[in-house]
Amino acid sequence: MTSESDTQPVIEAKNLDLTFQTNDGPVHALKDVNLAIDKGEFVSFIGPSGCGKTTFLRCVAALETPTGGTLSVNGMTPDEARRNRAYGYVFQAAGLYPWRTIAKNIKLPLEIMGYSAQEQEERARNVLELVDLAGFGEKFPWQLSGGMQQRASIARALAFDADILLMDEPFGALDEIVRDHLNEQLLALWARTGKTIGFVTHSIPEAVYLSTKIVVMSPRPGRITDVIDSPLPKERPLDIRDTPEFIEVAHRVREGLRAGHGDDV
Amino acid sequence: MKQLVAVLTVLLAIVVIWYAACIPMNIKGVLTEQERAGAEVVPPSAKDRRDMGEIGLALRNSFAIPATWAQDRPRLPAPHQVAIELWETTVQKKITSKRSLVYHGWVTLSATILGFAIGTGLGILLAVGIVHSRVMDLSVMPWAIVSQTIPIIALAPMIIVVLYSIGIQGIIPKAVISAYLSFFPVVVGMVKGLRSPDAMQLDLLRTYNASNSQVFWKLRLPASMPYLFASLKIGIAASLVGAIVGELPTGAVAGLGARLLAGSYYGQTVQIWSALFAAAILAACLVGLLGLVERAVLKRMGMAQ
Ligand SMILES: Nc1ncnc2c1ncn2[C@@H]1O[C@H](COP(=O)(O)OP(=O)(O)OP(=O)(O)O)[C@@H](O)[C@H]1O
Ligand SMILES: [Mg+2]
Repeated sequence: MTSESDTQPVIEAKNLDLTFQTNDGPVHALKDVNLAIDKGEFVSFIGPSGCGKTTFLRCVAALETPTGGTLSVNGMTPDEARRNRAYGYVFQAAGLYPWRTIAKNIKLPLEIMGYSAQEQEERARNVLELVDLAGFGEKFPWQLSGGMQQRASIARALAFDADILLMDEPFGALDEIVRDHLNEQLLALWARTGKTIGFVTHSIPEAVYLSTKIVVMSPRPGRITDVIDSPLPKERPLDIRDTPEFIEVAHRVREGLRAGHGDDV
Repeated sequence: MKQLVAVLTVLLAIVVIWYAACIPMNIKGVLTEQERAGAEVVPPSAKDRRDMGEIGLALRNSFAIPATWAQDRPRLPAPHQVAIELWETTVQKKITSKRSLVYHGWVTLSATILGFAIGTGLGILLAVGIVHSRVMDLSVMPWAIVSQTIPIIALAPMIIVVLYSIGIQGIIPKAVISAYLSFFPVVVGMVKGLRSPDAMQLDLLRTYNASNSQVFWKLRLPASMPYLFASLKIGIAASLVGAIVGELPTGAVAGLGARLLAGSYYGQTVQIWSALFAAAILAACLVGLLGLVERAVLKRMGMAQ
């Protein structure tokens, strides 16, 4: 591995454009998006509803095709990266299969990717422990709370060795306490695995607490208005949220959001 | 308990209405018989009675009312007559007897099951094709719908004649008609079921780079199970109707359809009604059986609690 490939961004968007053709005319979901995400970064996307956060993540995942610009993932096109199973994707809803137990849900990607039965068993056990769900493997999804289901869906995305994790508002529907807890766990997991994480959220504290980089977006057309590199240390206890540095970053994010809003009010 | 009371109340109401309906339906025949036997009937002339209302006749000859529930060949047999006939032709007859309803029921049932199996298999295959191929979606679905608008009574004799001319007879033509009726609900239900996974679940499999067959086996097929069972229940009832209809135009000698036909040739209304009831009981058993299988399967899949 050369030093050049080490410094090459894992995800790189240049002048990315995406226009949806709808019955009510074109919707400019992404306009001129430029962004580079390095290996091991934790990047949050924040912005008002409809600013294209989900759309950007879906472009990275090759679930949506950009209409302009270039996008590379691991130095490949997004679709090649998808076929190489380069990322795990956590959707806003847990989306567990009701006819599979939690453990079987986690084995779903492993079955598809052809892991051996023994390997499946081992990995399912490991990731269940990772998300604090050890002992729930044989339960069916309806027997778990919403937060537990969401953790199971994260475990599912972690079960195979993708070094990118894309998460679209994974904790959006959860209460504050559970959310704090999951945020802590997510940070610990990130530190342990060294994955590159793209994370969509509506919550400023969540974005600041988790990220090394915060991408502030604004709608109509969806674009990036600010990219903030967080000065916070990698080690983050929950009470870091009361420090002046934290409050300052949060302030800058809020300013960025307000400026984006001001455009169309 | 409350449910049982409700069910019994409805049953009782039906029986009461049925007995009541027997009176006007049968009174004229009864009065004619009674007159021949020498009883005093008002009015005495059959010609006068013909133009009178049945209810008026019954009121004026109330002595004859019990006889309306005990005729040999009533227009409308009373419930107990049908029940007795059912009992005599099932429990009290040897199964091998040509008068045993169990024998005739089995003949119809075997055609029903064969037809149901063919129809279900065909329906699932067509549904899989329709879901995976746009061409099939556009070309097969309209024909499937059209096929169900043709009255089966008109089609059944043709199917039997055509198959007979190429040397096929016996259970197969009946099964074909039965399959013809039962494949449609299966197609409709399976298409809906196979398409029931939402965009997110499909996207998830896309992120795993799953093949089409993996999407089918791991997502579409399990997701379609509740839909499949709903249509199987409709399908099996349709299969039974198909098998009975298939027995009518052949002048078949065996089967519930044959019993219906023979009963109507000879004015044996009690026989017709008992064959009807046998068919209804058979259908209820089949649907109930499928319901049990459904419960067991969905429970094993974790989809029923
Ligand atoms: N498949 C689609 N077809 C047409 N328009 C779409 C489609 N997906 C998204 N859009 C439009 O693109 C814009 C951006 O949508 P996107 O879902 O990316 O927003 P978002 O930032 O994720 O919003 P939210 O915070 O509400 O999830 C919106 O105006 C939306 O209506
Ligand atoms: Mg979104």
